[in-house]
Amino acid sequence: MVNRSQAPAIKDAVDFEILLKPYEKFNLDNGIPVYAIRSEEQETLQLELIFPAGSWFETENLIASATNFLMKNGTSKHSALEINEMAEYYGAYLNRACFHENATYTLHCLTKHTADLLPVLQEVILDPVFPEEELSTFVQNMKQKLAVNLTKCDFVANRHIDKFLFGEFHPYGRVSNMLAYDALQTESLKAFYKKHYTYNNCKIFIAGNLPANIIPLLNQYFGSTKWNGEELIVRPELPVLPAEEKKYRIFNDENGVQGAVRIARPFPNRYHPDFGKMLVLNTIFGGYFGSRLMSNIREEKGYTYGIHSQIYNFRQVSGINIQTEAGRDVCEATVTEVYKEMERLKNEEIPEEELSLVRNFMIGSILGDLDGAFHVIQRWKNLILNDLDENYFYNNIRIIKTITAAELQQLAQQYYNKEDFYELIVI
Amino acid sequence: MIHFNRFTLENGLRVIVHEDNTTPMAVVNVLYDVGARDENPQQTGFAHLFEHLMFGGSVNIPEYDEPLQMAGGENNAFTTNDLTNYYIELPAENLETAFWLESDRMLSLAFSEKSLEVQRKVVTEEFKEHYINKPYGDVGHKLRALSYTSHPYRWQTIGKELSHIENAQLEDVKNFFFRHYRPINAILVVAGKVTTEQVKALAEKWFGDIPSGEKYVRSLPVEPPQKASNFLEVKAKVPLDALYKAYHIYPRNDQRYYAADLISDILSGGGSSRLHQVLVKEKKLFSNIDCYHFGSIDAGLLCIEGKLVKGVKMKDAEKGIQEELEKLQQNIIPERELQKVKNRVESMLAFEDMGLLSRANNLAFYELLGDAAFMNKEFENYERVTKEDIHREAQIIFNEKNSNTIHYYAGN
Repeated sequence: MVNRSQAPAIKDAVDFEILLKPYEKFNLDNGIPVYAIRSEEQETLQLELIFPAGSWFETENLIASATNFLMKNGTSKHSALEINEMAEYYGAYLNRACFHENATYTLHCLTKHTADLLPVLQEVILDPVFPEEELSTFVQNMKQKLAVNLTKCDFVANRHIDKFLFGEFHPYGRVSNMLAYDALQTESLKAFYKKHYTYNNCKIFIAGNLPANIIPLLNQYFGSTKWNGEELIVRPELPVLPAEEKKYRIFNDENGVQGAVRIARPFPNRYHPDFGKMLVLNTIFGGYFGSRLMSNIREEKGYTYGIHSQIYNFRQVSGINIQTEAGRDVCEATVTEVYKEMERLKNEEIPEEELSLVRNFMIGSILGDLDGAFHVIQRWKNLILNDLDENYFYNNIRIIKTITAAELQQLAQQYYNKEDFYELIVI
Repeated sequence: MIHFNRFTLENGLRVIVHEDNTTPMAVVNVLYDVGARDENPQQTGFAHLFEHLMFGGSVNIPEYDEPLQMAGGENNAFTTNDLTNYYIELPAENLETAFWLESDRMLSLAFSEKSLEVQRKVVTEEFKEHYINKPYGDVGHKLRALSYTSHPYRWQTIGKELSHIENAQLEDVKNFFFRHYRPINAILVVAGKVTTEQVKALAEKWFGDIPSGEKYVRSLPVEPPQKASNFLEVKAKVPLDALYKAYHIYPRNDQRYYAADLISDILSGGGSSRLHQVLVKEKKLFSNIDCYHFGSIDAGLLCIEGKLVKGVKMKDAEKGIQEELEKLQQNIIPERELQKVKNRVESMLAFEDMGLLSRANNLAFYELLGDAAFMNKEFENYERVTKEDIHREAQIIFNEKNSNTIHYYAGN
């Protein structure tokens, strides 16, 4: 009979060697850098074009995301429907996304269809025309979506907490609103597009099973001309303006049965020496299923379905944000417990067993995250777009493996002080 | 093509091994052949509540999560109307930890009163978060109750009402466990950097001595064919009017299921799909519209749901949908459009197969359907669908008598 009370031996995290597979780099004829991770084992690929066209660079609210969204909705040769049909005929996904810093277009497809799809991607990037009617449909539908979202306590809470941390005029704290949608004009979208989606601002990341002629293909569609001219994008300095008042209680729905709790503070960005260390402390505090917050507030008290603490990955300045949706009558108790857990981390050293568990969990999770070409390129993208290299990645791994309980306690004493946190409940 | 080996332990546990040397990871996936459809109508939500209790410690291991995290692993689980599935992903070197944990909780749970008490609360909060405190959150429940008269698909996995979860007793938990969570009712899939020999040895070692249990024989109430359309009007505190329609389709093992699936793609798979193009872009009746189906093992529902553009009348919105459905009933679709939705499926399957976890989940699911090898035949089933099948099925599915409609009005 096997002895079930005895756990099988395990290999410890510190003994795992994690390797970030190096990328191949090419330059197209016009200089666009292409970063590639090949994997012959799959039949799919992912191709992403990235531009400094996020909300950081907008001069009026929502211009960046509207431009990004509507590039796909009509070119000088094809309507939105025709573009969608061309991509979807090959079972491809042509997605766009707009973030604080960057905006992207991503093609996911079967490798065998790459050559058929690149012309579609090229049209969307090089030749969008922003039809009036597409804009008005977009505005109408986005306003409807916003109206629905504004009835949700979690959505409302997310908007407020970022506003408190960064100020409502800063891109990290600015939120959508009905008036801003109404103010959008095709002329300003065109201007924003022309300025930011240019060949010299473009980076390409590609991963998966790449066709043998991928570089000639990319050259043909994106590398042969100086498309959209040569705009130098200067990243403006934008000061954050955090709110004065720290404590908020907002009633959004008088019949709400839950409240959205947010407890947050500003935190230095990823270039600060404490950032990598704080990722470890944050995991212990609220970053995984066995975290202090989950153990206490979900698994011990049953106040919520889930509670998490995250560290924002924003470029200029980051933040620590603890968030949960809790029963209406236990929201205040939840807030109290969150601070109690901060105090415990400040007053008591983390037991070696817990720390070792978190080291292993974090390393195991990085190992799993590096599985497959799409995941590897994602890591590289985050490094490259933030002007970092593999040393940053390996340094963070070293921190996970070696940080001490004493260092973590010091970090807690520095960053987990109640008076530094904004506190919000939206019911 | 997903390769796998298969064997059965003496106690009836079916084991599937999928070797993949390109990853440093391993996945251990345990599927139990029990879902919300197997619940007592007076105790709905139980299968899902039970899933939570599976993390509350087992007979020899007081804490499930900690040793797994110590081994660098992550885990989760999900419950559907049909099945309950647990999975672990961890570095392949630590594979045995997963066998130890999964086998002990198949042997027996700790059945702690405290765990039940806490998880009742946690699931109550989950219920509130997703179904009460969200605009339109009650629609799924209402649509099922309207469409099914007899089959247990008439309730959602979260349960019909909060009281069912609040009233769950430890005795019920024990009975449920020993009826359903036995080797004979389970499928184990191990995938990743593993060998079949290694898995055989580990499976024998850890699962071999668990009593087989009794095969659970499912005999669920059969849903009689729907004879007349059903209709419900709802007024709720939401900002926009919404329209929901549901139609009965086919069991997962029925070839007609594939035609129904392709119909949902024709109607709303992507920006060039019919409902989006005509009703959102051209006629501007809806700000968003979707068509999807449950993908359930017994005969499921194909649903269409959309939010009306402010100012549009419900009857005009409904007429818009009706006209699109009639086009499918009256005309054979162009060859290219059929090819488009088939290509979409081919691509979707290829992307799904990239993930180790998804391959393991799917092998278990297809084994539950009857044979893990079905996974490799899935695309052929889609390829076999003809334009005529689509035409015929559109006429049958979208027959008015087969429809269930909810007019969901914004009110105060």
